[in-house]
Amino acid sequence: MVVTTSWYLTLAAILFSMGAVGLLTRRNPLIMFMCVELMLNAVNLTFVSLGTDLGDLSGQLAVFFVLVVAAAEVVVGLAIIVAITRRRQGATADDLSVLGG
Amino acid sequence: MASVTTPEVLWWALAPVLLLAAGGLLLLTVASLVRRLPGYLPQAWTVAVGLAVLATTPPSWVAVRDGGPRSLLSGTVAVDGSTVLVTAALALALLATALLARPYLEREDLPGVELYVLLMLSAAGGVVMVSADDLIVLFLGLEILSIAVYVLAALHLRRFESQEASLKYFILGAFASAFLLYGMALVYGATGSTRLGRISGYLAGTVLLDDGMLLAGIALILVGLAFKVAAVPFHAWTPDVYQGAPSPVVAWMAAGVKAAGFTAMVRVLVVALGTHASDWRPAVAVLAGASVVVGAWVAVLQTDVKRMLAYSSIAHAGFLLLGVQAASPRGTAAVYAYLVIYTLLATGSFAVITTVGGAGDGGHGLEAYRGLARRQPVLAGAFTVLLLGQAGVPFTGGFVAKLGVLAAAVDGRTYWVAMVAMVAAAVAAFVYLRILVAMYLRDPEADEVPPHVVPPGARVVVGVACAGVLFIGLLPAPLLDLARQAVPVLVGG
Repeated sequence: MVVTTSWYLTLAAILFSMGAVGLLTRRNPLIMFMCVELMLNAVNLTFVSLGTDLGDLSGQLAVFFVLVVAAAEVVVGLAIIVAITRRRQGATADDLSVLGG
Repeated sequence: MASVTTPEVLWWALAPVLLLAAGGLLLLTVASLVRRLPGYLPQAWTVAVGLAVLATTPPSWVAVRDGGPRSLLSGTVAVDGSTVLVTAALALALLATALLARPYLEREDLPGVELYVLLMLSAAGGVVMVSADDLIVLFLGLEILSIAVYVLAALHLRRFESQEASLKYFILGAFASAFLLYGMALVYGATGSTRLGRISGYLAGTVLLDDGMLLAGIALILVGLAFKVAAVPFHAWTPDVYQGAPSPVVAWMAAGVKAAGFTAMVRVLVVALGTHASDWRPAVAVLAGASVVVGAWVAVLQTDVKRMLAYSSIAHAGFLLLGVQAASPRGTAAVYAYLVIYTLLATGSFAVITTVGGAGDGGHGLEAYRGLARRQPVLAGAFTVLLLGQAGVPFTGGFVAKLGVLAAAVDGRTYWVAMVAMVAAAVAAFVYLRILVAMYLRDPEADEVPPHVVPPGARVVVGVACAGVLFIGLLPAPLLDLARQAVPVLVGG
């Protein structure tokens, strides 16, 4: 059995969908945030497998940029989540309903 | 020894990014070393950096006009007329936000220079985004812009609304970024490059037998960008974030983020993927129609002025999409003119809102505007001009903006969406009318409401915005000429 590029692409699509569905259904901000990371890593897998398939380095290169951006997002995201949970213990996304009109 | 060929660098073309990034980092370093900075210094520094960026644009404009658009840094960054024009608009938005920020920070007793630092870094990301000639660079610019704005939204430490807005913006923004990036990965897979010039060249010279991956990529990029510019049905975050975030920051979100987002959208869709316009045009037209309808309709039901303007910004996004979906030079020129006018309208309107919001940044209900015309006729008069501009009344800049995109849509034979937009504009006028009625016809709830202190910075912003909106409304030719010359072109390959 030969593992072709399309296997990796399918796996990445499944991981991306898992992340997207998870973000839409889970209510804990931390888990929602993990789902975003899952989606970004699915994209990384797509970039790497397409880059290998095309014999082109820029696909691999893109992953480094995405990793750096994801790390920066972690820093900011965790800071916001910490700031909110310090004000309200055990806050879930459903508790965030002060805004509205 | 083998010589290393370094990519070509045009310092004048990179000056705006370098000024903004260096300015922000320098301010951060100095503020962390010096115990007590004089209160005026961070703002004065930010304004100086903003003016310096603005000052680089006329020479760049001349250089681009005479020497043609240029590609630099091995084809990852390009400078053309649209880059220079939108950089100037971003600099204006940065200046306005910096002028509004200091009185706001003093009123709310929020010490620190973070707002200015993040604002400059965010603007640097915006400039990267409008000069990107490569999908990955575009993504980096978008993230530099957005991550700074996530923090800016949470800046008001004592308002829980501010932090809630920040978390909502952050989660949905990151979600949208993931979609955008996935779309970019698929377009890369289908065309073999992330450079916009090579993508366009490949698509022009090749007939794809199986274009499923490319179409999926285009769709995902469209979803990601539609989130960022707040187009229906990806707009759910907008009203909450506008309501909760600090008012000067909302001015930047409305003016700056939208300008950068739409410029990126034009670059990717119209310029790089122009050969597949027949595939994405219907989708963008549907987004445009839905945005103008929902933006106008739901704004009517709001009682909070900040939320009203959030929905009106969604409607504006719909009008801008109308220009994008035309996929023609006329459409893109109309989009750039609209962006400049909207920068003036949004910063001016949010300057008034920042002032009327009062201590605590909470007085944004319609009742806060009752009898404003009697108490502070100048402020109410200026807000009237800006609201009429947003409604698109003739002899204001808003009319010129809306007429441009509608003409482009009719020119592109998408009559139905142009008709929908015209009806929606009439409905939206009712929203602005409600605020005007509150200001002019209603008595103040209590006669002893103290007049709002209008700080000098806000006076400048409101004055410039009103003057600009009226000037463009009466004499639109100069701006329309600039926008026509700013049509983006592909230079990298």
